[in-house]
Amino acid sequence: MAASSHDAAGKGGFRAWLNKRLPVDEFVQSQLTGYFAPKNFNVWYFFGALSLLVFVIQILSGIFLTMHYKVGEATAFDSVEYIMREVEWGWFIRYMHSTGASFFFIVVYLHMLRAMLYGSYRAPRELLWIFGMVVYLALMAEAFMGYVLPWGNMSYWGAQVIVNLFGTIPVIGPGLVEWIRGDYGIADSTLNRFFSLHVVAVPFALAFLILMHLVALRQTGSNNPDGIEIKANLGANGKPVDGIPFHPYYTVKDLVGVGAFLIFFCIVLFFVPTFGGLFLEKPNFEPANPLSTPTHIAPVWYFTPFYAMLRAVPDQQLGALLMLLSIVVFFFLPWLDRSPVKSIRYKGILSKIFLAGFVVSFVALGYFGMMPAEGTYVILARIFTIIYFAFFLLMPWYTRVEKTSPVPQRVTFHA
Amino acid sequence: MRKSFPALVIAAAFAVLPLAQAAEHEEAAGQCRALDVAHWKAGTEIGNSASLQRGARNFMGYCAGCHSLKYARYSRIAKDLGIPDEQFEKSLLPAGASKNDYVIAPLDAIDGNAWFGKAPPDLSLIARSRGTDYLYQFLKSFYADPATASGVNNLSLPGTAMPHVLSALQGVPEAVRCTLTENAGGEGGAVKGDSVVQKLEVPVAGQLSAAEYDEFVRDTVNFLDYVGEPAKLHRTSIGIWVILFLLVFTGFAYLLKQEYWKDVK
Repeated sequence: MAASSHDAAGKGGFRAWLNKRLPVDEFVQSQLTGYFAPKNFNVWYFFGALSLLVFVIQILSGIFLTMHYKVGEATAFDSVEYIMREVEWGWFIRYMHSTGASFFFIVVYLHMLRAMLYGSYRAPRELLWIFGMVVYLALMAEAFMGYVLPWGNMSYWGAQVIVNLFGTIPVIGPGLVEWIRGDYGIADSTLNRFFSLHVVAVPFALAFLILMHLVALRQTGSNNPDGIEIKANLGANGKPVDGIPFHPYYTVKDLVGVGAFLIFFCIVLFFVPTFGGLFLEKPNFEPANPLSTPTHIAPVWYFTPFYAMLRAVPDQQLGALLMLLSIVVFFFLPWLDRSPVKSIRYKGILSKIFLAGFVVSFVALGYFGMMPAEGTYVILARIFTIIYFAFFLLMPWYTRVEKTSPVPQRVTFHA
Repeated sequence: MRKSFPALVIAAAFAVLPLAQAAEHEEAAGQCRALDVAHWKAGTEIGNSASLQRGARNFMGYCAGCHSLKYARYSRIAKDLGIPDEQFEKSLLPAGASKNDYVIAPLDAIDGNAWFGKAPPDLSLIARSRGTDYLYQFLKSFYADPATASGVNNLSLPGTAMPHVLSALQGVPEAVRCTLTENAGGEGGAVKGDSVVQKLEVPVAGQLSAAEYDEFVRDTVNFLDYVGEPAKLHRTSIGIWVILFLLVFTGFAYLLKQEYWKDVK
């Protein structure tokens, strides 16, 4: 209550009145001006704030889309075209949402890669990492169901493929698939429930999970590119010597990141909204048609790495299991990494090779997932799936045997 | 000297490359090759409003009898394309239609199915789902084929139910065939011994020359591109201002950040 009594003693007036009833100043002090973040953040540290920005963009544009979108297999497709043509600025709202979906995954993937580069998942931040991973899972569900809503032909067939994956679960699979769809095929009932989940349930879950992610972050404080704890070096005032208040330092810095991000975002939105068929696919400009299967059914680019792994296995059941494992394995990262240091800066050559291998295989699998599952593509997908898993499963070995460099006492910072 | 040797090799390779390619082409001239329709480019320009207006005229004159644009209104087309109301109503609006109607073809789906075996599809989004190049290729690759019900076939969409509606303009091209002496390559491609269409020749010219027909098709495809996404006319010009603003904003944000961070050491 120190902050509010200080204010009450000072000016009085509305602010004091408010603070007596709502801890505004106290909140700002504890969460922003009095929250110390390491001063050596580099460009990788923009992507957390940018993920939050895209979340807000999606919520806002989604609210306006929901005002005009008409759920139902007879109306959904037409209503999207109505938005694109007859709603004032409807095309802008719709492209904002469709561009936002792809950019959400771009910034989240870079945010996750940042954590992997600098060991941000390591103790004491395991729970922070796990909350982040759950956010990612919820985001995948949100994106998938949102993709079905325009009821284009790829929406329909994509939903068919993804929902059928649940059918590979032994015993309960077939019944479960029917229960998810609410029909014997992807149908009106499926569209209706996906709409409900996409605009109500999952966004609420996401908001809560993001809040928990931030609360956990406030508890441990941020990691940094050197992977050392700034709380271990406190000054005479009890504050970390390598820390600076989040506000104003990182709020103004993030503003630069937001500006740069919006430039890329708006280039896509205004000039290449379909991004050559990657962000909005051509077959999705044809209405859902159960009688006409698109030549190549592929999910949107952000799911293709996992889709490539699914198709790399000849057996569908094992493929689905492998795909599940490829995501679940991330949860164990805090315990797989046995290195004495956190940051890639001080890790040995093996960690660098395996992380590079992981990044290359993720991108390569993303490409193969878009290509037809034939010949060389399948063989290459298998090779890169092995490299992908090797990064995780061999981590306990290579992080222990490699020679690490000495970690500095203070963070590396050049003013 | 040792250092420059690889550079020399690369330079030599680049010098030889075009020669090798030219030789390859030389050799191909006499050979049998399938007409590569799939690589024809539409070359449309959404900013060319004269082309869009001609495209609208072409569409209303030759396509709108069978194909609807169910998401597009006459009035919106007139407004977006800058066609004065009076002129639009006189020359483009079908008799009996209100200018606020959607562009709906008089041919209904049941008749379409009965007459052609497949109802002519709505073309509102055809440029988005298939692309402008495809539409250009399709309209340019009809050829006479007595084996079909309509008397024509199409290289882009073999077995199409659509007759060559523009034959009065183009004439009816004849397919000049040849027999492949080697496999065409590519999966599912034609193999040695297959008869392929080498070129399309128009024995009796229509009302338009070949170049005029190309322009006719290009204008029509350009119009369909506009119909696929009317916002395309405006969004890039708005986008330029948005990007300029963001550049200025980011510049000032950077200066603000530098000012605040001066005392961080």
